[in-house]
Amino acid sequence: MPDTTLTSDPSHDRPSGGSYDDAAGFYTLGEPLVDPKAPEGPIDQRWQQRKFDARLVNPANRRKLDVIIVGTGLAGGSAAATLGEAGYNVKSFCYQDSPRRAHSIAAQGGINAAKNYKEDGDSVHRLFYDTVKGGDYRSRESNVYRLAEVSTNIIDQCVAQGVPFAREYGGLLDNRSFGGVQVSRTFYARGQTGQQLLIGAYQAMERQVKAGTVTEYTRHEMLEVIVVDGRARGIIARDLVTGEVETHTADVVVLASGGYGNVFYLSTNAMGSNVTAAWRAHRKGAYMANPCYTQIHPTCIPVSGSHQSKLTLMSESLRNDGRIWVPKNKSDADKDPRDIPEEDRDYYLERIYPSFGNLVPRDIASRAAKYQCDDGKGVGPEVDGVRRGVYLDFAAAIERLGRDAVESKYGNLFDMYARITGENPYEVPMRIYPAVHYVMGGLWVDYDLQSSIPGLFVTGEANFSDHGANRLGASALMQGLADGYFVLPHTIRDYLADGPFEEVPADHPAVVEAEKSVQDRIDHFLGVNGTRSVDSYHRELGNIMWEYCGMERSEDGLKKAIDLIRTLKDDFYRNVKVLGAADTLNQSLEKAGRVADFFELGELMCIDALNRRESCGGHFRAESQTEDGEALRHDDEFAYVSAWEWAGEDELPVLHKEDLVYTAIEMKQRSYK
Amino acid sequence: MKLTLKIWRQPDASAKGAMRTYELDDVSPDMSFLEMLDVLNEELNEQGEEPIAFDSDCREGICGMCSLMINGDAHGPEVTTTCQLHMRSFSDGDTITIEPWRAAAFPVVKDLVVDRSAFDRIIQQGGYVSVNTGAAPEAHSVQVPKDAADRAFDVATCIGCGACVAACPNGSASLFVGAKITHLGELPQGQAERDGRVVDMVAQHDHEGFGGCTNIGACTAACPKEIPLDVISQLNKDLRSSMMRGR
Ligand SMILES: Cc1cc2nc3c(=O)[nH]c(=O)nc-3n(C[C@H](O)[C@H](O)[C@H](O)COP(=O)(O)OP(=O)(O)OC[C@H]3O[C@@H](n4cnc5c(N)ncnc54)[C@H](O)[C@@H]3O)c2cc1C
Ligand code: SF4
Ligand code: FES
Repeated sequence: MPDTTLTSDPSHDRPSGGSYDDAAGFYTLGEPLVDPKAPEGPIDQRWQQRKFDARLVNPANRRKLDVIIVGTGLAGGSAAATLGEAGYNVKSFCYQDSPRRAHSIAAQGGINAAKNYKEDGDSVHRLFYDTVKGGDYRSRESNVYRLAEVSTNIIDQCVAQGVPFAREYGGLLDNRSFGGVQVSRTFYARGQTGQQLLIGAYQAMERQVKAGTVTEYTRHEMLEVIVVDGRARGIIARDLVTGEVETHTADVVVLASGGYGNVFYLSTNAMGSNVTAAWRAHRKGAYMANPCYTQIHPTCIPVSGSHQSKLTLMSESLRNDGRIWVPKNKSDADKDPRDIPEEDRDYYLERIYPSFGNLVPRDIASRAAKYQCDDGKGVGPEVDGVRRGVYLDFAAAIERLGRDAVESKYGNLFDMYARITGENPYEVPMRIYPAVHYVMGGLWVDYDLQSSIPGLFVTGEANFSDHGANRLGASALMQGLADGYFVLPHTIRDYLADGPFEEVPADHPAVVEAEKSVQDRIDHFLGVNGTRSVDSYHRELGNIMWEYCGMERSEDGLKKAIDLIRTLKDDFYRNVKVLGAADTLNQSLEKAGRVADFFELGELMCIDALNRRESCGGHFRAESQTEDGEALRHDDEFAYVSAWEWAGEDELPVLHKEDLVYTAIEMKQRSYK
Repeated sequence: MKLTLKIWRQPDASAKGAMRTYELDDVSPDMSFLEMLDVLNEELNEQGEEPIAFDSDCREGICGMCSLMINGDAHGPEVTTTCQLHMRSFSDGDTITIEPWRAAAFPVVKDLVVDRSAFDRIIQQGGYVSVNTGAAPEAHSVQVPKDAADRAFDVATCIGCGACVAACPNGSASLFVGAKITHLGELPQGQAERDGRVVDMVAQHDHEGFGGCTNIGACTAACPKEIPLDVISQLNKDLRSSMMRGR
């Protein structure tokens, strides 16, 4: 069925009158955000115009300008390299022991670019269109267009750096299609695209370290922003080895600190991924936008026990040949799946969605698996009383194509699965379950990638702007590199044209205040001397988030979650046990600070989800579905970005709405049937 | 499973370290090696003993952050990273010795955590192609034969973990350096700086205190990414030809 333009929605089941507000009492309404600063005019000329309008900084002055960049992933590494080359004085921070280990390294699938090398009808406009549509019309049009526009330069840049993308026999770059898109625009380096792209950015950055324009601070964690006269002027960072709390001032600060999916505890993110940099900035005045938008990936290896620390993603391509099923009888959960006869299996996706079958979109596949397990039909080990896994069965494919063909297509994934689970997927069906994978929310930025704090820029997964409510595969890598190589370096120069700003003295009240707040938190955590470990709180918070603010949300559930989070947070502050000292490497102390921030973020995510009484992208509100149980958007009421302002401790957050206006594209309702 | 763990404890870089013994019950074969240590740390925390510091981040074998000498093997008995090693590789009642990477160029920071920043400093000496952002030609302007691209990819998969150094009796980082030399040397983009790159990177390697390569091969046997030993021959070849050209 073709897309149909939404005019009205018949199944709106809320009380009439239009004033009903699920989140009433949890927030206050602020002024709308009216000016995201995108240039006017035709969409394909806006970025050119903005670049032209951005003021220049002469090379001799660049040396006098100090730039702090927090994060060395695709977004931060590429920005550090580029700004270093331009001659600015860059300080780069990451919490790992080397910039090369940033979480971008783990991305598998690929990166999109509108090169149209296959001459299959791709174009900048089509990439733009697909991305806006894939974001369920909840992203900002002008930003997405720019992303598509610079995507082609990214590939040129990376190839010139020596990134070993897959090639065809003729020596030209190969592409594949990815994530339900009908053109082949995804560039890849086997299943390790993120690694190769990051190594490229890292090497470019290390070249600048040698040139003396970039100084790297590894094993450093940013714990505060310094805001002087309304502008971001530096950060407080803790040297994770010596424990020293350091002050670093600068003319401008860039946060490229990645996503916050670890609020769920179990996710496919690296263990150290956290929200602290963004959250500390939020508390200083940077708005947090669309925090509830989380992407959940259907094909991850399920949890095997309560000891589990993270989840591993397996490429979605497995769904092309694998058949998904659960036993019809709950009593069969423990049986060897090979002994369960055909008539006792429920191929539920093929049953419910006969036209898409196992290839339904990510959010539908994920939700359907959850329903089966909630219903007691899950398989695999019982963790906390529930079996969370469904079978992904290749028996039919092996019979049809032969084992060799299946091996050549999916061999490395099968090996990975075997290593983690100890089971042989050629013989026994794999088990999969959805997991949190990526967040589309993040700090609010304008077209220049500047947050609501002047002088604080935010790039990559840490900002919110390009992905809306859903995300197609292969676009997050694109955004990270677009921001760092091609967007930020232009917009930041316009800001820096007013610099250098007046020196910030070490005893400036803003510095003293920021240092003190860091020190107080450290002292607090080490002083509580309670009974429970930081990890145990994180795990419990994660369960609450997953249960009530995960794949499916409802008004009652979210309200319950907010209650649970507040109670748990209270207990955390009174009863956490952090051993060791402040002046040494102390991993429990690091985690305590991160978990404290996850508590506050988690609560805001629930409030944001409560406010958004519509289903869009991966966000499924039980109260907003079609008669067939599909996601139902409400463009009439929710075509806005929710940008949350921190109003102070124990104050209600303030909601600022930025209306989403589409001039180059028409809003359409999605249809899965 | 029930295990006896002998673990290196060292409060900081300057303190003297020692092995400590811990008993752990109830280890599930499905746990990863690091999850087993997480469980031990939870117990230690409960008993009021400071948890054991060790490095990890991605926990899926790609970031290169985890380390650990396990029963004398870098990353343990399997060809994989420590985070991808699972307890089913061990048996009930086993005694397992866990130490940090041992190499003069990787000083211990605390417990099982070492400082591998020497690797970054080696990359700084030419482990890149000098191309400024925005100055790149159209990607299809240079073709790369598929074989070369594949070979470049194979060696570019090095995760910079340092197992090769830890496994080498000489503490040599030749496999790591060779992998980068070969990656960039296979590609047309890497040619212009090829001579200088190898000379400068090797000089930094020596300066950091890594030992010389005497072709023992322990590095490649320990490498979780199976970087082949011939990258070291490539390294030596490049070094000789750059000398001959007078660099
Ligand atoms: C398993 C997996 C597979 C994926 N596959 C794909 C894919 O195929 N295609 C795609 O497009 N996207 C994919 N994604 C998403 C994509 O990888 C990420 O969105 C993207 O890499 C984020 O890049 P980033 O530069 O914004 O942040 P990151 O790479 O997460 O970097 C964050 C940086 O910030 C630093 N940092 C954070 N907090 C602090 C602090 N307080 N102080 C100092 N430093 C700090 C960290 O040290 C790190 O250097 C995948 C994600 C996952 C988890
Ligand atoms: S060559 Fe292998 S062992 Fe050495 S750092 Fe690279 S991946 Fe690790
Ligand atoms: S933790 Fe990343 S490779 Fe082991």
